[in-house]
Amino acid sequence: MRSDLALTAGLVPHGSRVLDLGCGDGALLAHLIEQRGCSGQGVEISDEGVLACITAGVPVEQGDIDDGLDEFDPDSFDVVVLSQTLQTTHRPASVLDGMLRVAPASIVSIPNFAHWRLRAGLALGGRMPSSRTLPATWYGTPNIHLCTIADFEELATARGARLIERILLDEGGEPTRSRVVAARPNVLAAGAIYRLGRA
Amino acid sequence: MSSTTSQTQRVVLFTEHDPLVLESGETIALVEVAYATYGVLADDRSNVVYVCHALTGDANVSGEDGWWSTLIGPGRPIDTDRFFVICSNLLGGCNGTTGPSSIDPKTGKPYGLSFPLFTVRDLVTVHRALLAQLGIERPAAAIGGSVGGMQVLQWMLDFPGELGAAAVVCASARLTAQNIAFSAVARAAIMEDVNFHGGDYYEHGVRPDRGLSLARRIAHITYLSEQSMRQKFGRRLQHGDAPHRGFEVDFAVESYLEHQGESFLHRFDANSYLYLTRVMDYFDPFGDLAGAVERLRGSGTHTLVISFDTDWRFDTAHSREIVHALQAARLPVTFREIASPHGHDSFLLEVPEYHRTVAAFFGRLTSAPRAV
Repeated sequence: MRSDLALTAGLVPHGSRVLDLGCGDGALLAHLIEQRGCSGQGVEISDEGVLACITAGVPVEQGDIDDGLDEFDPDSFDVVVLSQTLQTTHRPASVLDGMLRVAPASIVSIPNFAHWRLRAGLALGGRMPSSRTLPATWYGTPNIHLCTIADFEELATARGARLIERILLDEGGEPTRSRVVAARPNVLAAGAIYRLGRA
Repeated sequence: MSSTTSQTQRVVLFTEHDPLVLESGETIALVEVAYATYGVLADDRSNVVYVCHALTGDANVSGEDGWWSTLIGPGRPIDTDRFFVICSNLLGGCNGTTGPSSIDPKTGKPYGLSFPLFTVRDLVTVHRALLAQLGIERPAAAIGGSVGGMQVLQWMLDFPGELGAAAVVCASARLTAQNIAFSAVARAAIMEDVNFHGGDYYEHGVRPDRGLSLARRIAHITYLSEQSMRQKFGRRLQHGDAPHRGFEVDFAVESYLEHQGESFLHRFDANSYLYLTRVMDYFDPFGDLAGAVERLRGSGTHTLVISFDTDWRFDTAHSREIVHALQAARLPVTFREIASPHGHDSFLLEVPEYHRTVAAFFGRLTSAPRAV
């Protein structure tokens, strides 16, 4: 499992009912169902991802989270997960609103576009930056709404989220406890995982 | 494991001493059911898949001429080398199971319209009686398309947890006014046929063929999509390049519908058509949504719900309503709207993404711990 997924899994309480948005092949949900006694389902847009979920026995529905989460009743889940997906949506603010509605707790992971290596790539290289976290070319990237740690925290707060916990990630996607990084996260962290509640 | 195909067999499941008691309280003294099986029953009876057929189906689901042999058979998405598949003709049908064309033991004459009205719940009661007769308590799964899916849904509601898994394909939990309107016109075509004789046409030695054929043609339009009709026929003429400009069959689509209507007469009884369409009209298991959700809650049956994007008979909104109720009951649900040009008929056809989905879902069944 991807290391950010393992970290995300660790934030989900045992026995939770989980909605995983953009669940890909269902690896996180399969882990949560088998190892943490969770239930729930994924939402995935791609045919390959949906088929992989079904093959793995993970409940999934094919859909575009940009179409809204209206089909899900308020508080119909305990935890909603959005892992490395927010930046690919057309309406990130609406997606956040939907998440805050369907579950009292949300877990969101994002790449930080203000990481120094990306800043340097653009400022000094004059090219659209890429990194281990964001390896795609500018013309091939699925990421259309990249943001920084500062941007995300501002939006989440504005949409009525409470920031409960933040795990800063290094360029390998591993959590970092470095005090230096913690002092300047918007420059030094390659990404972050958030645990959000309602304000 | 080698796959074996059975001929359609018949078994008496209810008798005068042990009649079928319907949801309405009425009884049917003698109920015989025609069914077929495919594959080999596992020693622990854990590999049973029950197929609930749609409006005009029969027990002959797989093998040569099987109506769902693209989906069910050796090496198919529902693989009869692994699963023991059972399919029975519906109560009220006319392909070996007791229905309005059967002889009423009380009168010695065909029931006609004296056959009691029944419900989707009664169809399930008969399926379960057949399983009991075969010594099977818990099927690994049940699957059905259209009114077949309605039966699967009712089964889940009435006996929560009995089905290990369920597949509900292009079904509905509640017909719309438009759906009922089409059914009503189809039934009117039958009942207004001069040969209908109040449903007692059997003893007059005639059949309401014109009405039944018209009913089938009307229904068949709703099974296809505008897109598939355009692709298949367009405005092509049936004979030659120039239109005949009259009221006889001239366009290819007219000839096709006429053929559909005619060929249907050889295999279907008009009264069965009336009863089985009426069963669909009254089906409304989520009329009391809170009660239905309460019954389903915790039953754990992983349910696959599929719709097709060009199906306008039971469009995706129908499937979404089913998904929503199952999710509210905290059931594990998998849902896909599959792209297919073939409208409602898609569920009977070899649509690759649809078949991949069913194969993945059923492939998982006998190997996995149940994800609840």
